[in-house]
Amino acid sequence: MSPRRQQRPDQPARRTGSAALVERVFRIRESGIVVVLAVFVAITAAIQPRFLSATNIQFILVDTTVIALLALGETMVVISRNVDLSIGSVLGLSAYASSNLFGPHPGIPIPVVFLAGLGIGLACGMVNGFMVAAGRVPSLVVTLATLYIIRGIDILLFSGKQVVSASLPDAFLQIPRSTTLGIPNVAIAVAVVIGIGAYYLRTYRSGRELYAIGSNPEAARLAGIPVGKRVFTAFAISGAIAGLAGVLWAAQYGTIDSSAGTGYELQAISAVVVGGVAIFGGSGSVIGAALGALLLSTITTALYVLGISPFWDQAIWGFLLIVAIALDQTITVRLTSALRKRRTRHA
Amino acid sequence: MRSLMERLRPALRWETGLAAVAVIVLIVGSAVSPQFLTGNNLFNVGLSNGEIAIMTLPMTLIIISGEIDLSVASILGMASALLGVLWSKGLPMPVIFLIVAIVGLAAGAFNGLLVTRLGLPSLAVTIGTLALYRGIATILLGPVTVANFPSAYTNLGVNGVPFTANDVTYSTLIFVVLAIIFGVVLHATPFGRSIYAMGASVEAAQFAGIRVKRIKTILFMISGLICSLAGVLWTFRLDTAVQNNGLGLELDVIAIVLLAGVSIFGGKGSIVGVVLAVLVFAGIQNALLLTNFNQEATGIVTGALLLASVFVPNAGRWVRRLSRT
Repeated sequence: MSPRRQQRPDQPARRTGSAALVERVFRIRESGIVVVLAVFVAITAAIQPRFLSATNIQFILVDTTVIALLALGETMVVISRNVDLSIGSVLGLSAYASSNLFGPHPGIPIPVVFLAGLGIGLACGMVNGFMVAAGRVPSLVVTLATLYIIRGIDILLFSGKQVVSASLPDAFLQIPRSTTLGIPNVAIAVAVVIGIGAYYLRTYRSGRELYAIGSNPEAARLAGIPVGKRVFTAFAISGAIAGLAGVLWAAQYGTIDSSAGTGYELQAISAVVVGGVAIFGGSGSVIGAALGALLLSTITTALYVLGISPFWDQAIWGFLLIVAIALDQTITVRLTSALRKRRTRHA
Repeated sequence: MRSLMERLRPALRWETGLAAVAVIVLIVGSAVSPQFLTGNNLFNVGLSNGEIAIMTLPMTLIIISGEIDLSVASILGMASALLGVLWSKGLPMPVIFLIVAIVGLAAGAFNGLLVTRLGLPSLAVTIGTLALYRGIATILLGPVTVANFPSAYTNLGVNGVPFTANDVTYSTLIFVVLAIIFGVVLHATPFGRSIYAMGASVEAAQFAGIRVKRIKTILFMISGLICSLAGVLWTFRLDTAVQNNGLGLELDVIAIVLLAGVSIFGGKGSIVGVVLAVLVFAGIQNALLLTNFNQEATGIVTGALLLASVFVPNAGRWVRRLSRT
């Protein structure tokens, strides 16, 4: 966030120079969230030291996992200049259908339940991806429709019924509670998944191509990138991850009905946007989105610990979201103008 | 005259299809339930869809201009909460109405200024204000429920408009009047034409001397005002102000507008389509309700219609592409 330094004339201004510049600002973007997070934690801890207790940190980490997972899938979709509004409904369907397996099959292995959730999510995501990619219709409309349809299926199948924690095996309910060296295992697992996602988007050709598609779909197509295939994959992954998050949600809450996960799509998109992913595609990172999710859940917990009424949560959330978007825009505008100046000077 | 017909033709296609669907809904609805076409049922349909229908009108203008407003249901909730708080404080109703209207305008102006002056994407901004305005409603009311509004106002939810045999609700009347106003403004004034122009191409509109930023801000302000009106209606109809009034309605509103054939990319759509889409939406919900279909699951039909709204107009393109290869 130091535009003066970016415009210093004595810097080498070759392609490597501007790449380094882009790189630096990207890093700044993520460290911006880290700074906000650190300030927030510091202030809260100064007022109420209990905030930094092991139990509380564990709680925040576990609380973040579901939204962080959803944000990971959503990031891939958003980077490709699309949006997936159906993830909340996918999460709900997967949470119920997978945890419901324990009733009739008490001895079913837990990994199978996770695979079932993953499969349900993958199927939903593939349907979304197929319609968007093959139909070439706006993803906002398609996934708004599947938000309704998937939730409707969930309600038709399971409305009025409930999966209660008594019907779930202890080992399943213990998943969010087990720790290694004091760190919740789910948080470690989710961090690994996010790490894989970040590595994929950063390093793999198909990952980079998502950015190209999001920056300019037409140019990407002309450059020979299989746009439809990549967009389809992004939606499939987003769905699969939402399915996985559904099983995790079930383990965390223990009581599941057909309204599980309602509105989570907006929370995930909030995390993505706070994390500095441009809503119209082409830039942003998975790590940023995960930090966004962490920030949002830290805020909720901090307000609780500080004894501020939970009724303030949402307003503060919304306010921070707007600040984050505005800040991001300012950085982007400055960066673009800095790059343009550079280019004209050395043309 | 012929040029007018020619200009209308592309817009008419989807609307004609919608009108056909509306007729089918009417026929099927009256076939499945003898109650469907009764005046009493008409009243109920108007009652349960009035606010949503009213909110589709400003949303139509905003989407045609190339933006979107996800905060509409939160503005409804905020207006409802404000109404409840001020009433419980003992303020006179006319003063409350004025305050609620001003707050609605301000909420819309905040959206509009963030979008136009800071150049932020409206999708992101209004996700933020969706949380912010709902949050303000929550701060205002907390867990409190305000009820016992004066019966002169809550009768809105009980009585019909005079001279209509108690079949037409006030919210329906308001919707019809507003739809006519919005229709005239959108289709027959330079202001309305400029909304299409900026939706089709912002740059072209700017070069044509259209004040894009100002008009978009005005559209968001109109949306804020109309949604706060919907909030007042909602509160009186249920005789309750709670912080989660109208939660999640933004998706219904957007679904209806898209179903109406309004392009999500802007520049296309008509008020006639929106009115028809409201009829189809409300008719299907009601028919399903009368057939004891799980009411919460009626979203399946809304979703299917939404998919149809994007796939049917594209069908011709695919057929052409297939026949070429």
